[in-house]
Order: sequence, then C-alpha cells, then structure tokens
Amino acid sequence: MSIKTLTIDGRMVTGAAGESIFDVAWNNGIRIPRLCHVGGISDVGACRLCLVEIEGWPKLAAACLTPVEEGMVVRTQTERLRRHRKLIVELLLAERNHVCSVCVQNGHCELQDLAAELGVDHVRVYYRFPRLGVDMSHERFGLDHNRCILCTRCVRVCDEVEGAHTWDVAGRGVNCMIVADMGEPWGNSETCTSCGKCVQVCPTGALFEKGKTVGEMYKDRRFLKYIVTAREKRQWIR
Amino acid sequence: MSAQTSVNSPERSSGQAVDQRAKMLERAMSRHHYAGDALLEVLHTAQELYGYLSPGLLREIARKLRLPPSHVYGVATFYHFFTLQPRGEHTVMVCMGTACYVKGALGLLEVLERRCARAGSTSPDGKVSVGTARCVGACGLAPVIVWDGEILGRVTPQELNRRLDALAVAEVRDDG
Repeated sequence: MSIKTLTIDGRMVTGAAGESIFDVAWNNGIRIPRLCHVGGISDVGACRLCLVEIEGWPKLAAACLTPVEEGMVVRTQTERLRRHRKLIVELLLAERNHVCSVCVQNGHCELQDLAAELGVDHVRVYYRFPRLGVDMSHERFGLDHNRCILCTRCVRVCDEVEGAHTWDVAGRGVNCMIVADMGEPWGNSETCTSCGKCVQVCPTGALFEKGKTVGEMYKDRRFLKYIVTAREKRQWIR
Repeated sequence: MSAQTSVNSPERSSGQAVDQRAKMLERAMSRHHYAGDALLEVLHTAQELYGYLSPGLLREIARKLRLPPSHVYGVATFYHFFTLQPRGEHTVMVCMGTACYVKGALGLLEVLERRCARAGSTSPDGKVSVGTARCVGACGLAPVIVWDGEILGRVTPQELNRRLDALAVAEVRDDG
C-alpha cells in the first residue's frame, strides 16, 4: 500500500493511498466538522460541512470524498471556511423546525453542538416553518421529520450495514423526505428489521427511541465499528 | 388509495386490456434482463401503459427488479414526469417558458387552477389534469398549451374557458 505525505493545517501528515483527507486529518487529531459522515459507512458529501481549501485547487473540496494526494497542502480552519460552515448550519436550522428546548436530543445533538462551536447565536435567513409530521407508528422508535437534516446516515447504515434498505429519500429539492418502503408509516414497513441502527447514527433528534423525553435521548455508535471490523476481519473487538 | 391500488395492480385486475398491459410491462422488464439499473426505463413503460404509478405497481416493479421498495419509490417521486395519482380524462399543460410567460401564460394557468385543479394535480371530478412545462419549443405560437398532447398556440383565457365549457357539456351528455 503506497503512502502519501501531505500538509494539513501546517502539519506534515501521512495517509494511505485512497484514504480521504477527512480520515487522515482525524487520525492525526485534526478535527474537521461533519454531519453526514460517520465511520464505517460510505460517504456522500451531503452536508458540505467538511469543505476544505486545497492549494492550487480552484474550488473548495469535501474532505470526506477527496482522497489524499502526495504533496497536497490542505487548510481546514480558515476564516472563509468558518463563514461557509456557519451559514450552512444556519440554513439547516432554518429549513425545518429545530426547537432544541423540546427536543429529545437536547444537550447531545451533533447539529446543536456544531452550531454552538461555530458561534451561531442567531439565524440570518428566514425560517421556513414547514408543516411536517412525526411518525410514531413503529412500536419502538419514532421519526420526527421536523428535526431531520437529510444527511442520509440512516439510509446508508440500513442499506450497507443492516442490508435491509428500508429507508430512502423521496421527492426532490425542498420537498425531500426520508421515507420507509413506499412512503408508508414506518410501523407498516415489511423490510424494517427494527434493529435500531438508523436511530443510533442519526445526528439529531429526528430518529429516537420511544419513551424518551426532552434531553433524554443518547446515541451510541460503537456497534458500527464492532460490526464492520467483525465483517471485514472476522475479529470481534469491543 | 387502497381501492385504486387493487384496481391498478397487474396481479389482481381482470379483463383483457389490463392483462395485455401487464404482459407488455413484463416484456419490457425481461428485455432489460430484470436488471436494477433499468429501473427508469421500466418506470417509463409502466407509466405509459397505466397512466400513473400506483403503490401496487411500484411494489411489483421493485420485486421483479430485485430492488428495495424505498429506492423505487424514491426514484418515482424524484422525477416530475412520473405521477403517483391517476390522471384525469384530459391533460392540459401550460407552457411557462419565457415567451409564453410574457404573452400571458399565467392568465391561462389561473383559469385552469380556478376551474379545474392546481398545477400538478387532477380536478376532483377526474376530468382534467393540469400541469406546467418549461418551454415546449414553440415560442412563435406563445402562449402555448398542450391539450391532450396537441399543441395549441396563441391561446386566450376566453378560448380556454370555451374549451373547458365544451368539455363539461360533452361530459354531461355522455353521462345522460
């Protein structure tokens, strides 16, 4: 396996050929913000929060989808990137109804944490206040479309790790929605195995366990590494 | 919805015409060796045959092409070309391209939305489906509507109203 040497935020780092800038940065303790990436499943570059500057490239690149190259000079924390990331979070907040004070995920939400980190103390665009439903038809879990940021982590984990592909995205543009099977209530889904993987990877309070009230939903993603290593290496590492 | 589903489902319907449609859909799928990446072509054929894509039909296509139902549903809802609701007896598309817009397409759409249905839906009596298009390539005839596939040029709201009147009269006579 060939090794690539590059510079990220002024530090010389190395990564294997084919590894993403994102992974190499995180392996070296350089934290790039993200909402759609989660280790163990494929990347789609949906959230655009991991955009980085690469010297000599005319455009910003999504770190999760860009493989490292020899001699690359990457910057992950410039003022310009910070401005972009802040606006992206503001747009996400304005797109649906993210009301933290009554959300099951309050206090341990990736969107909320990122907003705090970026200093989003107000939103400069108009809130859309869409009228969206909450699907409580599943016996163990709930889906609140008001909190969904369409990162598609649930879609990918269900397809790639569980193998059921119960979730997908229906519609287009502003009408996009996460749907189970034929856009039916989750509880009616014939393909869902009720494994709960989608719930655990969801970065916000969109997918949650029933019975949890404000701030009570904690998510645990350790199962992903456990299953993926077991599948690839036949080693069960806790 | 469920009643329509069963009527539209190729398995449960009876009658010669419907069987023929199911056979033609089957042929289209077999031509593509039931490959999942032929989904768009198959959906096109299904919509041409049935006029719309019912949940039963989508499920059947997903099963035959060995695809997850949510993926098929996602593709069908992504493209404006596909409709998941039955079409009306007549389909009227208003061209909203620049030339037609300048020449008063909005006035025509207002007539249709007031008398029939909002763009993208069908009137409650099931007679007229209203749609919009972005330029049908006949700008010299602006404003243009496409009435059951036939292009009509330099349409006025009065003319459109007359056509809709005629339609209502004809339908009443048919019923009588």
